[in-house]
Amino acid sequence: MSQDIFTLVEHRDGQVTEGSFELIGKAKALAAAAGGKAVAVVLGDDLGAITAQLGGADAVIQVAGASVADFTPTAYVAAVSALLREREPALMLFTGSAEGMDSSAGLSATLGLPLAGYATDVSREGDAAVVTSQVYGGKLMAEAVLEGATALVSAIAGAFPADAGRGDGSPAVETVDAPAADVRVTFRRLIHPEAADVDITKEDILVAVGRGIGDADEIEIVEELAEALGGAVACSRPVVDAGWLPKARQVGKSGHKVKPKLYVAVGISGAPEHLEGMRDAELIVAINSDAKAPIFGVAHYGISEDLFDVVPALTELVAG
Amino acid sequence: MNIAVILKQVPDLAEELEIADSGAELDPDEISWVLNEFDDHALEEALQLKEATGGTVTAVALGGEDVADALYTALAKGADTALKVGDFETPPATHAAARTLAGVLGGRGFDLILTGVQAIDDVDGWTAPVVAGYLGVPHVSVVTHIAPADGGVTVNQEYAGGVVAELDVHTPAVLGVQAARAVPRYAPVSKVRQAMQTSTIEEVDAEAAAGTGVTVRRLFAPEAGGHAEMLSGGADAVAERLVEILKERGLVG
Ligand SMILES: Cc1cc2nc3c(=O)[nH]c(=O)nc-3n(C[C@H](O)[C@H](O)[C@H](O)COP(=O)(O)OP(=O)(O)OC[C@H]3O[C@@H](n4cnc5c(N)ncnc54)[C@H](O)[C@@H]3O)c2cc1C
Ligand SMILES: Nc1ncnc2c1ncn2[C@@H]1O[C@H](COP(=O)(O)O)[C@@H](O)[C@H]1O
Repeated sequence: MSQDIFTLVEHRDGQVTEGSFELIGKAKALAAAAGGKAVAVVLGDDLGAITAQLGGADAVIQVAGASVADFTPTAYVAAVSALLREREPALMLFTGSAEGMDSSAGLSATLGLPLAGYATDVSREGDAAVVTSQVYGGKLMAEAVLEGATALVSAIAGAFPADAGRGDGSPAVETVDAPAADVRVTFRRLIHPEAADVDITKEDILVAVGRGIGDADEIEIVEELAEALGGAVACSRPVVDAGWLPKARQVGKSGHKVKPKLYVAVGISGAPEHLEGMRDAELIVAINSDAKAPIFGVAHYGISEDLFDVVPALTELVAG
Repeated sequence: MNIAVILKQVPDLAEELEIADSGAELDPDEISWVLNEFDDHALEEALQLKEATGGTVTAVALGGEDVADALYTALAKGADTALKVGDFETPPATHAAARTLAGVLGGRGFDLILTGVQAIDDVDGWTAPVVAGYLGVPHVSVVTHIAPADGGVTVNQEYAGGVVAELDVHTPAVLGVQAARAVPRYAPVSKVRQAMQTSTIEEVDAEAAAGTGVTVRRLFAPEAGGHAEMLSGGADAVAERLVEILKERGLVG
C-alpha cells in the first residue's frame, strides 16, 4: 500500500466540477500528512483542456481512450480497478454524483474494498480511514472505520473547500490506456432540459416549497408569498416527482444550484441533496414544524411552526 | 421482462430517532419503519414496465421488522410474487445485504433487478452497484427512465441541472431507480388485507454475509455549529419579527 491519495475527477462541458476540486484539496491535506501524493485520476477522450485545470494536484493520471469518452459505469469501473490493483493508494475519493456513486460502489464490490458514502470528513488512524457521514437525511452523523488495502470514500458536495484544490501548478501527467469498450453499457447522448418559463438561478428571492405542503392544491399559499415578496417559487425533489411543480423549479443535487439574496424554505427537511443546491444563499429562512429538521443547520433564521399558520400571516404582512 | 424489485424498510424520519446505549446504532425498540421512498419508485417503474411489455414482477426483501407489510403491499399493487430472504434481527449493512441478495437472485434468471437509488440508513454505499458487482452484471444508478430495447433496456441517468444521459444497457442488469415515470400508485388497506389472505410470501433461508471492512463506531446528532436563530412566540409574532428582519435588510419594501 502506498500513502498516495487518489481522487476521481469529474468533468462536464470541458470543466472540472466544483466537487472534484473539493476532493483534490482534501486529498492534498491527507497526502501531505501521510507523506504521499495527491493524485488526480481523470478519464476521457480528449483531456488536454481538463488536465490543465488540475494544477492543484501533486500528480495526474489520465486514462485516455474512446471507451471512456463519456461516463458509463462499466468502463469507469474497469479502468479504475486496473489502476487501484496496481497502485494500491491508501484512499480514493469520489464525489457523491451519479458518477461517484456508480464508480465507488462498483469498485468496492468488484475489488472487495471498504466504502463509505455521504462523507463530510475523512481522517486516518494508522492505516485505517475514519469517515464521518451524514445519515438519516442529515438528522444524524455516523463515524465509521474503514479497513482494507484502499479505502473508498464518496463525499457530499460542499464537504471541503474547493479553493484548496485549485492551483496553477503543472504536475506531471501520466497517460494510461483506457480499457477495451464494454458493450454492455453504451452511451448514446446527453439530453438537456427544455428552457423554462422562470429561471430560478437568476431570481433574487425564492420561496421554496417541500413535501410538507402535503398537497398540490396548497401550493397556492406559497405562490402568494412569493408574489408578495417579488420572487419566484422553487421546490424540493418530491414536489417535482409528485407532479406538483415542473422540474425547472427543483433546487438541489439533481436540480439547480441557486444563490439568491433570500431563500425561504417552507416544509423542506434539509436533506443533504437539497442543501447542496441552496446552502450558499445569502439569507436563508426555514419554516418547518420539526425543530430537529436539518434545514435549521444551514438557515440563518428558523421558525418551528406549522407552515399553514406562518405562510399566510407572512403574505398578509408583506403584501401590506 | 422478468423483474425483481428489492425493497427495504427504513426508519421513519418523521419520528424521533433514538440512539441505542451502544452509541453506534438506533434503538430498535423506538424505530417506526416505512418503505424506503425510492423503493416505491423502483416498484412503480417495474409495474409500469410489466404493464407495457408483459413479464413478471417479484418483490424481494431481506427478512426483518415489518417486512411482510412491504411485501403484501407490493402484491396488492400488482407484483406477481413476493420473496423474503432470511430473517435478520438488525438490518445488515449494504455490502452484507447485497451479497446475500445476490446469492439468492443470481440463479433465478431475472432480466432486471431494480432497487431504490439509495436508502437513508447505511454508510457503506449503494445497493444497486454492489449487487451488480457481486453478480458480475452491469449497473446504472440515479435512473429516471427505463424503456425496453434490443438486447436490454435504454435508461436515463440523471445529473445536476436536470441533464440526463441516455444509456443502452444489456440485460441482465441492476438499476438504482431515482424516480418512476409516474407517481407511485397507492394500495388501499382493503387490497393489502386481501393480499394477506390470498397470497403467500415465498421464504428462502439465508445466513448473514460478510461485509467489506466498514464498522460504524459512533452515531451522533450533528454538532450545532451553524444553527439558525429560532424565532418563536406563535405564527403572528414570528411573521412580524421576520418581516422586520427582511425590511432591515432591504428585502421587503
Ligand atoms: C441522487 C439523488 C438526488 C437528489 N436530488 C435532490 C434535489 O435535487 N433536490 C431535492 O430537494 N432533493 C433531492 N433528493 C431527495 C432528497 O434525498 C430528499 O428526499 C428530499 O430533499 C426531501 O424533500 P423535502 O424536504 O421536501 O421532504 P421531507 O424530507 O419529507 O420533508 C418535509 C418536511 O416538511 C415538514 N412539515 C410537514 N408538515 C409541515 C407543516 N404543516 N408545517 C411545517 N413543516 C411541515 C416536516 O417536518 C419535514 O421536515 C435527491 C436524492 C437522491 C438519492
Ligand atoms: N438490507 C436490505 N434489504 C433489502 N433491500 C435492501 C437492503 N439494503 C439495501 N436495499 C435496497 O437497496 C436500495 C438502496 O439502498 P442503499 O444501497 O442501502 O442506499 C434500497 O432502497 C433497497 O431497495
